[in-house]
Amino acid sequence: MAELSVDLVATDRKVWSGTAHQVSAPSVDGQVGILANHTPLLAVLRPGTVKVSTTHGESVEVHVSGGFVSVDDNLVTIVADDIAPVAPAESRIA
Amino acid sequence: MAGGSQRVYKQRIKSTQSLKKMFRAQELIAASRIGKARARTAAAAPFAQAITRAVSAVATHASVEHPLTSARHDTDRVAILVVSSDRGMAGSYSSAIIREGERLRERLEREGKQVELYATGRRAISYYRYRGRQLAGEWSYGSERPSAEDAEEISETLLGRFLAGAADGGVAELHVVYTQFVNMVTQRPRVARLLPLEVVEGVSEQGEAAPLYDFEPSPEVVLDTLLPRYVRSRIYSFLLDAAASELASRQRAMHTATDNAEDLIRTYTRLANQARQADITQEISEIVSGADALAASA
Repeated sequence: MAELSVDLVATDRKVWSGTAHQVSAPSVDGQVGILANHTPLLAVLRPGTVKVSTTHGESVEVHVSGGFVSVDDNLVTIVADDIAPVAPAESRIA
Repeated sequence: MAGGSQRVYKQRIKSTQSLKKMFRAQELIAASRIGKARARTAAAAPFAQAITRAVSAVATHASVEHPLTSARHDTDRVAILVVSSDRGMAGSYSSAIIREGERLRERLEREGKQVELYATGRRAISYYRYRGRQLAGEWSYGSERPSAEDAEEISETLLGRFLAGAADGGVAELHVVYTQFVNMVTQRPRVARLLPLEVVEGVSEQGEAAPLYDFEPSPEVVLDTLLPRYVRSRIYSFLLDAAASELASRQRAMHTATDNAEDLIRTYTRLANQARQADITQEISEIVSGADALAASA
């Protein structure tokens, strides 16, 4: 089954990176859910929670203050001005 | 007087030794901070890449005109941002960057433009203030480790100037003068025109046709979100590059200073030894001639 490879990027560091089944991000038009083979997308984010369901069955949740998400060929990049963790600390790669 | 010159040399040796210790300490501090500065540069790279990729994706798919990418002709005011250091002890680092900034200013003024100066780092700020030059904006945030917030503040100010109307003193161009970190031994002052933006970097991905994106909510809004962040990420990377260059220059300058101090100590030691020999010789000859005189009178 196809996977998404996800990068969570803040201005000064990469916050998290890994593979996931599903990513949910707060776009300005509402929460968007991204599964594998999603059509290429560039969406502006509003402040909210990004949720990543990893292939290991974990769930990574972070709070973003705004930014954008780009989806391209199962590569999801979430770029945010400020990322604060809501999830367990060990899922973070600082 | 005998012994006088010896004392002077001893004093000089002592003060040079304590200077040498200071230089050495500065050198080691700078050396240890370069690693951190470069790590920060590396940590900022994913953001820069992601945003560059996204901007070029928008630029290739939607021919959207955006104020940040279009040239302005309604004003001949231009802005220069000079990125310098807070402290000296870095050899010609600050003077090189200020000289580069002055050269750019002269060139732009010859082209009939009105230059507005912005400076970061206390060295440049005090340089311009001493010469009574008006600074439109200044930041001293600790030039050795700029943070993303500093970059945000600077870029917001400058973007505001660029987007302001001609009547409100808006500027038509923004140039950044900073020091590019090439490697540990080479850092060179560089001028980059930041605004209006030219989105060309990293556009071509080896003939691979970029996919057709869906823009949400619309290409205009996406571009509106992306471009200011792109500018900020560029400014941040300039600041980080300048910080690494500053530390590398400082390390090199302090290394040279330590070497020079060692040379001085060697020279003074030799002079002190010579003075001691001369004193001893003189004393001996005084004693001998005194004894001779006594023997002659007896």
